[in-house]
Amino acid sequence: MSEGTIKKFMFVNRTAPYGTVYALESLEVVLISAAFDQDVSLVFLGDGVWQLKKGQQTKAIETKNFSPTYRALEGYDIEKLYVEREALDARGLAEEDLIVDVTVLSSAEIGKLMEEQDVVLSF
Amino acid sequence: MLHILNKSPLERPAFDACLRIAEPGSLLLIEDAVYAAARGTEVAARVQAAMGRHKVYVLLPDAEARAIADRLIDGVTPVGYDGFVDLVATHNNCQSWL
Repeated sequence: MSEGTIKKFMFVNRTAPYGTVYALESLEVVLISAAFDQDVSLVFLGDGVWQLKKGQQTKAIETKNFSPTYRALEGYDIEKLYVEREALDARGLAEEDLIVDVTVLSSAEIGKLMEEQDVVLSF
Repeated sequence: MLHILNKSPLERPAFDACLRIAEPGSLLLIEDAVYAAARGTEVAARVQAAMGRHKVYVLLPDAEARAIADRLIDGVTPVGYDGFVDLVATHNNCQSWL
């Protein structure tokens, strides 16, 4: 890609994995976006935090376990992962329960971050 | 009656609608509804209260996929696909809270 303006992209993840296809589709688009050298952030809100829960075992539902892919994002220079603190609390989850290192922010802080974006993609 | 739930209790109103309506019977949590069976969530107390009136089952393959099989609320009964079939076969009727 030719030298261009770097825009701030935010991917908003609000759904639990496997019950719908949103979580996997978001991850696919995130990986594509990595090819365009943009300033990419991922946020996990509400049930979206379940996407990062450690210990997913999908053999019995015969579905691909895509959770290890979140650990590979660093290799694509996607390092801005933000998780909503209120969502973790509501689900009895702690940062140690998550498969990757994240930055935990309050709902209000995530709202401010959203305001700073050039492009917001919702899943 | 067997009540089958498949939506997350944390994001969708179907779970509360079921608890509001259902006469004492059986609840089977599948797909994203398995999060209702996890300890420590903000709906766990409502599930525990419901267990006084209902027998609560959770589909284990769905709980394992979502990494909550090791944190099930005490008294929730895990079942496999065979158990799912047995529950449907042994109840007079089913209601799916889609």
